[in-house]
Amino acid sequence: MSDMTALDNTAADTLPTLRIDRVTKSFHTAKGKITAVDDVSLDIRQGEFISIIGPSGCGKSTLMNMVGGLIADFDGQILLDGKAVRGCQPSIGMVFQEESTFPWRTAIENVAFPLEAAGMERDRRVARARELLDLVGLTGFENHYPSELSGGMRQRIAIARTLAFEPKVLLMDEPFAALDEQTRLLLGDKVVQIQQQLRQTTLLITHNISEAVHLSDRVLIMTFRPGRIKRVVEINLPRPRSSEMMGSEKFAKFVAEIWHDLREEASKGLRESEAAAAAR
Amino acid sequence: MPPFEENLMPAWLLKPNPISARFLFLAGLLAVWEIASVAGLMSRFIVPPPSEIFPTIALLFTDYDLTGSFLRTFGETFAAAGLGALGGMLGGWWLHHNRVAGKAYTDWVAAIAAAPLVLLFPLFLVIFGRNAATIVAMGTVASLPPVVLKTKEGLDNVRSVLVDVGRTFGLTRWQQVKMIMFPASLPTIFTGLRLGLVFALINVVGVEYLIGFGGMGLLIAELGDRFEIAGMYAAILFVILTSICFFYLTEKLETWLLSAR
Repeated sequence: MSDMTALDNTAADTLPTLRIDRVTKSFHTAKGKITAVDDVSLDIRQGEFISIIGPSGCGKSTLMNMVGGLIADFDGQILLDGKAVRGCQPSIGMVFQEESTFPWRTAIENVAFPLEAAGMERDRRVARARELLDLVGLTGFENHYPSELSGGMRQRIAIARTLAFEPKVLLMDEPFAALDEQTRLLLGDKVVQIQQQLRQTTLLITHNISEAVHLSDRVLIMTFRPGRIKRVVEINLPRPRSSEMMGSEKFAKFVAEIWHDLREEASKGLRESEAAAAAR
Repeated sequence: MPPFEENLMPAWLLKPNPISARFLFLAGLLAVWEIASVAGLMSRFIVPPPSEIFPTIALLFTDYDLTGSFLRTFGETFAAAGLGALGGMLGGWWLHHNRVAGKAYTDWVAAIAAAPLVLLFPLFLVIFGRNAATIVAMGTVASLPPVVLKTKEGLDNVRSVLVDVGRTFGLTRWQQVKMIMFPASLPTIFTGLRLGLVFALINVVGVEYLIGFGGMGLLIAELGDRFEIAGMYAAILFVILTSICFFYLTEKLETWLLSAR
C-alpha cells in the first residue's frame, strides 16, 4: 500500500463504503492556529476493519469526530456510499472511549435506546435488543443496571447499542482504553467475532499496537501534529483471528514494524509535551 | 420463657437501623426536654414539657380548627413550591442554555437565595393585598433560587459523552432533553426541589405569621398572643408535620420519576 494516503486504488470498480477525502481541520487557540488533521484521505471498503494509530495529540479523535459528525466544520469531504455527509447521522455509529451507558437504564433499555428514539414499537425493540445482548455475550444481564456491571460489560452494552441502529460504518474511539489488559484482549476477541459475523465496516482509534494488529485489515499510522497519514500497513494475518495468535512470529513482526514508524512520532509528541510543561 | 431483652423492647428497635435510630433520638430529645423543663432548668412557662404539649393537640382540633389551618398552609405551600419548581426549572434551563445569561446571573441568583426574602413582604402586601396571593407569591419567590441553581447545576454536569451519544443517534433537540438531559440531571434537580419546598414552607408560615392571615402561621401567632404556650408548641409540631408530608411526597415523586426515566 502506498505511503501518505490510504485511498483505495485496488477496488476502483466498487465504491468504498466510506471515503475520507483530503480532510483538514484547524483550531484557533490563544497560542495561534493549530492544525489537528492535515489533508487526510482514506477509503474503507465494505466489511473492512481499519485501525488508526498515532501518538497522543495527533488528531486521531478529531478525525473520528469529523467522520462521526460531532465536528461538522472542516475542509475536505467525507462520503458515505458516494454521498457527502456532514454532521451526525445514524448510518455512522460511534462507540466512545468514556463510559457512555445511561446509568438510569438497564442493559436492555440501553441497547434499545436508539430504537426507542426512532419510534420502534416496544416489543420489536426489546426483541432486537435481546438479540444484540446475546451477540455481545450479555444474555442474562438484560435487567442489570450499568452500575451493577463491570467496565468491559458496560463497553459491550455501548457496542450493542451502537449496532442496534445497524450502522453502515462503526467508529470506535479507544473503546477499551479504560479496561485492564486481560479484559481488553478478551473484548478484542469478541469484537473480531462480531465484526466477522456482521461483516461490519469498522474504524478503530487506538494507542495499542497489538490491539490494532489483532483486529485490523489495515493499520494507519499518523504523524504527530499536524496529523497526517504516515504509512498504511496491511495486516494479512489469517482470519478468524484470536488473541492467541499474539505469540506468533508474524504478529510480532507487524507490531515491530508499526512501532518502528510510530516511535519517531511518539518521541516528537513526548518532546513537545515536556517542552510545554517546562514553559509553564 | 424468652430472654428478658425481648420483652423489654421490640426486635426492630434493638437492631441498629435508620428507623430505630430516629425513634431513639426523638425519644431521647423528648426525655431531656421533659426532665429539663420539669426540673426547672428551663422556664416551664416559656418551654413547657412535652407532657403538657401533647394533650393540647386535641384542643387545637376542637377549639382552633387545626385541620383547616393545616390544610390552608399545606395548600399555599404546595402552590408556592409548585410555581417555584416550574419557574425554577425553566430559569435553570435558561441559565444553562444561554451561556452569557448563565455567567451574568447565576451569582445573582445565589446571592438572592441567601437573602432574607421574607423581609420583602410589605412590597407584596401592597401589590396583592392581605390575602393568600401575597403568601403564595412570597413562598414562590423564596423557592425559586434553589430550584434555579440546582437545575442549572444538574444540566451543566450532564456528561458531554451522553449528549454526544444522543447526537450520533440523530436525536431531536426535544428528545435530547427528554431522554438524556432531564433523566441525567434529575437527582440534582430534586435536591433543588426539596430545598425550594423548605424555603417555600418557611416563607409561607412566616408571612402568615407576619400579616396575620390564615394557616398555621396565624394560629401560632394567636396562640402566642394568648400565652397558650403549650398549644403554640403543638402547632409548631404540625408545621414540622407539614414539612414531613411534603418530603414524603417529594420522595415518592422522585422514586417514581427515577424509575420511569
